[in-house]
Amino acid sequence: MSSKRKKKKLGEEHLQRVIDLCRSVEERGLDPFLVDVNDVIGIIREYFPEWESIDEFSLDAEAINRLASVIKLQSDWVRHRSTSLYTDPFLLEEKLRKLSRKSLATLFLKSWHPIIEMEQISPHSLSEAIKYWQSLLPLRERWTKTEFLKTELGATSREELIRQQIMAEKVFTDELETLWRELRQTVGKDEKIPYWGFVGADTYEETVWRAYMTSFLVTYGYATFEVHRLEEEIFIIPFSKPRSLLGKKHVVSIPVSVSVEEWRRWRESRRD
Amino acid sequence: MEREQARLKRKALYLRKLKRATHLLFYRRHRKPGVKGWELRKRLGSDYPKVLGLLDAYLEKLDLQVKTVFEGEKPAEKPTLEQLDRARFYITLRGGLTPKETKMSGWRIDDIAGLAIAISYIISKRGKAPRDEVEELLRDKLPGWRVDLNMDRYIRAGYLAQDENRQLYLDWRTRAEVDEKALIDLLLTAEKTEGEKAA
Repeated sequence: MSSKRKKKKLGEEHLQRVIDLCRSVEERGLDPFLVDVNDVIGIIREYFPEWESIDEFSLDAEAINRLASVIKLQSDWVRHRSTSLYTDPFLLEEKLRKLSRKSLATLFLKSWHPIIEMEQISPHSLSEAIKYWQSLLPLRERWTKTEFLKTELGATSREELIRQQIMAEKVFTDELETLWRELRQTVGKDEKIPYWGFVGADTYEETVWRAYMTSFLVTYGYATFEVHRLEEEIFIIPFSKPRSLLGKKHVVSIPVSVSVEEWRRWRESRRD
Repeated sequence: MEREQARLKRKALYLRKLKRATHLLFYRRHRKPGVKGWELRKRLGSDYPKVLGLLDAYLEKLDLQVKTVFEGEKPAEKPTLEQLDRARFYITLRGGLTPKETKMSGWRIDDIAGLAIAISYIISKRGKAPRDEVEELLRDKLPGWRVDLNMDRYIRAGYLAQDENRQLYLDWRTRAEVDEKALIDLLLTAEKTEGEKAA
């Protein structure tokens, strides 16, 4: 091991010892004057030119930081000693040991001024409490609201659930797939169909429903739109298998107006 | 006539403020007793130090006082409004209790002696002392099984605080209730007297 490396190692050990000493003074409340500040500064200064790496500089900085804390404790100690509160701890300890319990208690009572506080209810909170009590429903009335009705256990049917509107007559995905099959059959070999050619129906309500479902066909990847902006035409192209486009390519929303006027125009054009 | 009316009006205003201050200070509103200066300013107005002064003068007849506990050290000169806003105000006994009266506080004479030892030892150690050292000192006068119980009781009551390294500090209640300087002075004087008696 070269002499430089040896010195570095020795320096690191010295700094670590300084840090440990300062820390124990700080944390265990030891006499801060146990640390000889000049001596520690001498050690830090001696090894400083040897440091090269970040770890070494960090150790050096920590030693300085700990030393600064100890200097603060020393300064506090001097300040405390200069105040009228200062008493030699050993002297006081002796005095505390000599005095009887009764004398100690009597002396303490002369310097003790207990806090006076009232925990009783105030007239204001009493009147608030009365108001609350008056508006509070009796327990029997409050509990009836949370009571459960007893019903006989039994089996229900799909028809009953549909009648109670708990279940739709057709599951949404079933309806979507039915429309998708219809779209593919209608398109046939042409690959695509004009939007109104597929969405348009005999009644306006059905047209709106078909437009609504078509929007889900496109969103869920059963079909896609082909938009000819110049001609203002929209075509629907069904896929043979549903494709998830979310996250794979830039997805845009295409607003399509399905107003009554447009539906009428489409119906008249179909008659022509 | 007008001056007299203005005087009466001002007197009525301060009487109302005095009542409000009494309610605020006597009734416990938070987990800890006492009211912060900024709370008093909000409820009584910016002249709350004057109202507290009037209340203190009134309470003197009843052997009570308005005690101000500043954040950190007590300012050497007249405190600024900012320092007062951050301070906490309590109503405390002005004089001391007699040994007979201590029964009212619910503390035994042993408990009070133990508290006196713990507080004065921590003061002598510049406000911080290891719990083991304080307990050792208490064991000199109290049975061992009571020492730990009492220390926990002092901590719960807010007289002492303990950190994760089992170091003890003086907590908020000591700062509000105990005249630290008077306690140390009394201890020093008492030692001399007893020593003289023994001689």
